[in-house]
Amino acid sequence: MRPLTLSRLLAHCAILSAVLFVVVVIALKLGAVPVSLYGLGHDLLRVLFRQTSQLSSEYQLIIFDIRLPRILLGIFVGASLSVAGASFQALLRNPLADPYVLGVSSGAAVGAIIGLVIEPHLALSPAVAALLTPIGAFLGAALTVTAVYFLGLRQGQIDSGTLLLAGIITASFLQAIIMFFMSTLTGGNYRGMAFWMMGELSTPPQRIVSLILRFGFFLSAAAIYTTASDLNLLLAGEKEAMHLGVDVRRVRLVVYIAASLLTGLAVSVSGAIGYVGLLVPHVMRLLFGSDHRILLPTAAFGGAIAVVVADTLARTVVSPSELPVGAMTAIAGAPLFLYLMRRRLA
Amino acid sequence: MSSFARSPASAAARPIGDAGDFNSDIRLSVEQVSYAYSANPTQAPLFTLEATRFQARPGEIVAIVGPNACGKSTLLKLIAGSLEPLSGRVLLNGFVTHALPHRTRGQRIAMVQQESPLLFPSRAWEFVLQGRHPYGRTLRFETEEDILIARNALAQVGAEHLTDRFMDQISGGEKQRVILARALAQQPLLLLLDEPTLHLDIGAQVDLLETLRRLASANRYTVVVVTHELNLAGQYADQVALFQKGKCLRVGPPATVFQRELLEQVFQTPLTVELGSSGRPRVNMPSAK
Repeated sequence: MRPLTLSRLLAHCAILSAVLFVVVVIALKLGAVPVSLYGLGHDLLRVLFRQTSQLSSEYQLIIFDIRLPRILLGIFVGASLSVAGASFQALLRNPLADPYVLGVSSGAAVGAIIGLVIEPHLALSPAVAALLTPIGAFLGAALTVTAVYFLGLRQGQIDSGTLLLAGIITASFLQAIIMFFMSTLTGGNYRGMAFWMMGELSTPPQRIVSLILRFGFFLSAAAIYTTASDLNLLLAGEKEAMHLGVDVRRVRLVVYIAASLLTGLAVSVSGAIGYVGLLVPHVMRLLFGSDHRILLPTAAFGGAIAVVVADTLARTVVSPSELPVGAMTAIAGAPLFLYLMRRRLA
Repeated sequence: MSSFARSPASAAARPIGDAGDFNSDIRLSVEQVSYAYSANPTQAPLFTLEATRFQARPGEIVAIVGPNACGKSTLLKLIAGSLEPLSGRVLLNGFVTHALPHRTRGQRIAMVQQESPLLFPSRAWEFVLQGRHPYGRTLRFETEEDILIARNALAQVGAEHLTDRFMDQISGGEKQRVILARALAQQPLLLLLDEPTLHLDIGAQVDLLETLRRLASANRYTVVVVTHELNLAGQYADQVALFQKGKCLRVGPPATVFQRELLEQVFQTPLTVELGSSGRPRVNMPSAK
């Protein structure tokens, strides 16, 4: 018998944050403009000691104004998607659940686009207008997950196969709606939108939006984490969990709202990056076990690492051009999804 | 077995007038409980459970028997407090089970259900520790006490050797023991079992009922078990409640409930009933024509 202890949890998180740090340093170094590791270390130290005046302006621009914000964005987006994925998997009792597969990301995208489309028609101050996209994305995500949940019910029980089909069909329906909105756009906007739909991190969000993303992540992740041990029991079924003292309705409500918020926020800044929420929790389960008290934090780190790595690859493999990061995650994620699906059928 | 006896300190919330000799007191009281399922509120109910009443003391085993779809499992859910009765009430030590807060209910009532598949592989000890959940606060890590109680629970059902095994790699009988151990780890007053002998061979069935009998007297649990095995019920239960089409036909000691005409009418098949030397009835099929 070796139950989870706080020290083991912290040790695993420390290892993962070290890995994340290394990945961030490598991501800062790689890119169309080469940066030496020595120069990078030097500059990072200077920034830490607040001697920013000694930085060369060129470096400062590339490292601190372009690459670092993008990496930070990737960290929060990855962590959000991964925690949302792990939560949906527990709540829906489906190891193949993920915001992308369930259509929640598409729902968030529709919400975000509606926010973009109606924004010019409302006389709003710029700060409020910037919030329309994330709010729309959250509402889109929440509505979609509710719809998919009810479509996936069979005689009052969640049916795995029905749920996934409902998610996939809902996603394709929502994609069609997105196409409808996109057809109203012109040239440059269209390409931007197409990239955004595939998932990309190259457009930095407005300051207020990235603040909301960070704040929202910590708030939602903390809310989900308070239910971590309840989620362990929910895996055994809602009835079982209820008999072990879990307030199933409360847990379901908290986790649905928080996971929809995570998905909505991530999608509103980065588009629909697929498979992170699916792939990362599975890898973490293999490494650290399926106890949500350790799975949720490690999944957050893992998601951050995965998206930063994928985005670094996306902007370097066809350099100086770029791939959408969603294309990278799909290349790795889709085969893994199929593998997991086949293994479960066997 | 001292770790399984409920300490009197936790009974602070017990209602006045319920402080007498605990062992002879009625622990579970099902008072004219009824229920109805319907597809929608305007239609006539598809299934009704008529007003039912019986009582049980600590250490007693009550078996609920009857043909399929007669309301056995519904009654169990009503007793567990997970369904709200249409009328009547279920009292556990004077408290309405349905009105108990989730955590409290998890500390007083343990349910062993027909097994549900596990999504991700877990080890037997992890599974048994889940029984400590109603005692933990948010995110609390398991204490030494929890581990001790879980070990104790596994020992009581004779499953120590399964501690580190994966739940999907052990036999049905072994799994049923581990599930029972999780229920014991809840340290309940009331132990409910929904067809626990389903899918078990006859040896494992007898084993399970022997274990239940032993635990009921050692730990003073009140046990309510839904079963199709009339002979196991006749052999091990103190009371039997016989149901047919949502109606409780008779409650009482096995010998008074297992009357040939009554059973034949309920199960729609010729049967014979003989009383053993211990006064316990045996139900048999007459040899085939």
